[in-house]
Amino acid sequence: MKINLKINNINRDIDVEPGEVLYDVLRRCGFTSIKKACGTSSCGVCTVLLDGMPVPSCSYLAVKADGHNITTIEGIKEEADRIGKFMVEEGAVQCGFCSPGFLLTVIAMEREIENPDSQGIKNYLAGNLCRCSGYEGQLRAVKKYMGVSE
Amino acid sequence: MKEVNKSVPKKDGMGLTVGKPAYTEDLAPQNALTVKVLRSPYPFARIKNIDTEKAEKLKGVKCVLTYKNVPRNIVTRAGQGYPEPSPHDKFILDEYVRYIGDEVAAVAAEDEVTAVEALKLIEVEYEKLEPVLDFERAEGHPSIIHPEKEAHEMFPTGFNPSKNIAAEYHMSFGDLDKTLKKCDYVVSERYYTQAQNHTAMETHSSFAYVDINGRLNIVSSTQTPFHARRIVGEALGLPLDKIRVIKPRIGGGYGGKQALHGEFLVALVALRTGRSAKLIYTREEVFEATYTRHPMRIDVTIGADKDGNIKAIDMEILSNTGAYAEHALTVFMVAGSKTLPLYNKAEAVRFGGKVVYTNHTPAGAFRGYGAVQGNFALEATIDKLALAVGKDPVEFRVQNMIKEGETSPVFKIMGEGTEGVDMTVDSCKLEYCVKRGMELCGWKDKYPRKQIGKNKVRGIGSAIAMQGSGIPCIDMGSAVIKLNDGGFFNLMVGATDIGTGSDTILAQIAAEALGVSTDKVVVYSSDTDLTPFDCGAYASSTTYVSGNAVYRAGRKMKGLIEKAGAERFGVSKDEVEFDGEFIRTKDGRNSVSLSQLSTELYYSNKQKQLMVCESFCGEVSPPPFLAGFAEVEVDLETGKVDLIDYTAVVDCGTPINPNLARIQIEGGLVQGIGMTMFEGVKYGENGKLLTNNFLQYRIPSRKDINKLTVEFAESYEPSGPFGAKSVGEIGTDTPPAAITNAIYNAIGVRVTKLPVTPEYILMELKKKMK
Ligand code: FES
Ligand code: FES
Repeated sequence: MKINLKINNINRDIDVEPGEVLYDVLRRCGFTSIKKACGTSSCGVCTVLLDGMPVPSCSYLAVKADGHNITTIEGIKEEADRIGKFMVEEGAVQCGFCSPGFLLTVIAMEREIENPDSQGIKNYLAGNLCRCSGYEGQLRAVKKYMGVSE
Repeated sequence: MKEVNKSVPKKDGMGLTVGKPAYTEDLAPQNALTVKVLRSPYPFARIKNIDTEKAEKLKGVKCVLTYKNVPRNIVTRAGQGYPEPSPHDKFILDEYVRYIGDEVAAVAAEDEVTAVEALKLIEVEYEKLEPVLDFERAEGHPSIIHPEKEAHEMFPTGFNPSKNIAAEYHMSFGDLDKTLKKCDYVVSERYYTQAQNHTAMETHSSFAYVDINGRLNIVSSTQTPFHARRIVGEALGLPLDKIRVIKPRIGGGYGGKQALHGEFLVALVALRTGRSAKLIYTREEVFEATYTRHPMRIDVTIGADKDGNIKAIDMEILSNTGAYAEHALTVFMVAGSKTLPLYNKAEAVRFGGKVVYTNHTPAGAFRGYGAVQGNFALEATIDKLALAVGKDPVEFRVQNMIKEGETSPVFKIMGEGTEGVDMTVDSCKLEYCVKRGMELCGWKDKYPRKQIGKNKVRGIGSAIAMQGSGIPCIDMGSAVIKLNDGGFFNLMVGATDIGTGSDTILAQIAAEALGVSTDKVVVYSSDTDLTPFDCGAYASSTTYVSGNAVYRAGRKMKGLIEKAGAERFGVSKDEVEFDGEFIRTKDGRNSVSLSQLSTELYYSNKQKQLMVCESFCGEVSPPPFLAGFAEVEVDLETGKVDLIDYTAVVDCGTPINPNLARIQIEGGLVQGIGMTMFEGVKYGENGKLLTNNFLQYRIPSRKDINKLTVEFAESYEPSGPFGAKSVGEIGTDTPPAAITNAIYNAIGVRVTKLPVTPEYILMELKKKMK
């Protein structure tokens, strides 16, 4: 069946199978920034923004996204570069596999909550797992990026 | 030092963060065939009959592989140096399946849906065999897991498959029984550790194609491309000159990608069909059918005299390697060889035990590599002994632990699968680490416990650890440096960056040795055709082993540049120096920029390519050290344990890149914390792994980590590149002991089985009440 997705502000008509998840559709369309780690919506690695809200694309039916806006890292290069710089300067990126999903969630957080504190940041990003970094570096980077001092 | 001991941004950091296509699956050709594996539903069975006709006829299926149509060469997938200390006990596909998840057949099809559909059409008739699921009953079990006559060890390792024994080893010095008898204090304990899973976020991935010259190319998420080439050649019966292995960016490894998983199958499909073929493991496959940490049962006895001097240590291990004996001997030996030297004044030491086969998912390399398990048992028992002696456990450690300039007989006796090497520890700031850690965590105020409200108690605990820096006399790393016009360099290394940042720190070492800035060094790594050899990313070897090779290459290149400058000026080499930008005569009369000289060397004056290659194989393996301190809060009503704070002070020599060293430690700590507190492994009755996804198997999330404090000691390892030792594994080692010691100090319950669960704590508390 055909669905319409507005991916990074470009409208596309895409043929999908009824059971197909958003992750597979987006990868198929060439958005390789999106990674998959669990397939059970437990790790946040496959996060994309759907109308600005983070969703796990591995478990989100493509048909449900029909008519919605999808944002991937490819679509917000400048913001990604800005946050990415803080991550890299902090040495918070190791294998990087969790990074695209993480960055998109940080962007959503930034839009959603004003002046978060450390605990607020941890809570918002709790669904984004990272097996390499031990999380502290990511927290330091996000705090610096958002100007959170404590 | 200008370029090392400096937090240079990771070279691939930006690209990875913003999701550039870089990992195996991103690079696989769009039209690659999808390979899917049919896996055994039984823990132990023989395939009586396998019929693939229907699957082969399905539209879109290009190739079906079973044990009947693949080469039958027995190998080990372990990804170690050669000859391997792991026995050869694995065929690409076999008529026996030895655990739930073992490979039965593989299908390659135009797309995933078709491949999955085809798997269902394969008809298999199994003869079910009695499985061996309890590792404490594996030895001498009526079921023999490896009856095949081809299975063999590469050198004596105690391999005895007729008894389900994968490896056996014993060592001792001094008279243990006599020494223990003379001790005033003797304590013993038995510990169990679980089959922790690596859970690298990128699942095991590979693809293969045949290139224009008819050569097999494999792109794989491997930690050991050169070993992978050798082992694929061996398994497929293919000459090595027909194989190229390339490692792109890797989404985490931690030992789990040291071995081969999937490479044989994509290679065979590519060779048979002439098409590219990819195999991307599902998360469930990673859990069920790759590797785990070796579960162990460890018995420790330690004795001390009346003044609290440790006199005797006994460690006896039973290790469970699962269905295949990958890393069986070596992981088990490291449980002793990288823990026992910590208490080097013991007069009598005995270490030994067996590694058994069971019908579980194979165990393999996992960051810490036995040292984690051994450290848990040793350091928990040390606390117990300190208490018996009546000393503060930290002071007790300081009294007994190894110091700079000292040695241990264990170094010479135990290596990894073979004898070790004699060495003194020329850099050991463990005492500083311990004392600084005590300050940072507030030990004096907090030890042993504090009541927090009615039902909550906080406790603090400690542990110390050591690791190594590569496997001495075995593991080799090498580096090529090439000077380009414009005055920049290519650094080619076999070393394998699996997210660790090794490309970056090796570039820093090269830059420092050359005297140039790190951005003048462009790194290309881990391609068996284009880069020189390196054993790969394991055994904490990259900074020290590969780093030393890079250091040598950098120095040599600097000499060549000065020589070329001298020739240009018509003076002798001694009169010339290179300061990183200009080559000058010491009298200041002549000077030329590197940029100009290198361009002249290409195009206009005494033309030649400057290029060097150097190798390094360590004669010693200088241990990094770490002191770890955990503060926990135990809820007496629910049994829940929260980790309040973890402090680690590390001696890794010079940290080449402090930011990247720090994150290595932080990441290692959290993996150790996960093993201690969260990562429970459960099996069904028939041996089916129940914790085979991220819902059932819980790794720590950022909410579980309250506070990590990491500092580095000032230390300089004379044999390391610019004073560096390795840092990849040591972070993982202390959490099991430090956290469980903290729990003991809080509530008097000694946790002897990992992970700690609320149920466990409540049960033990109840027992104590009685
Ligand atoms: S891959 Fe989708 S949440 Fe983990
Ligand atoms: S950096 Fe590797 S999983 Fe986060």
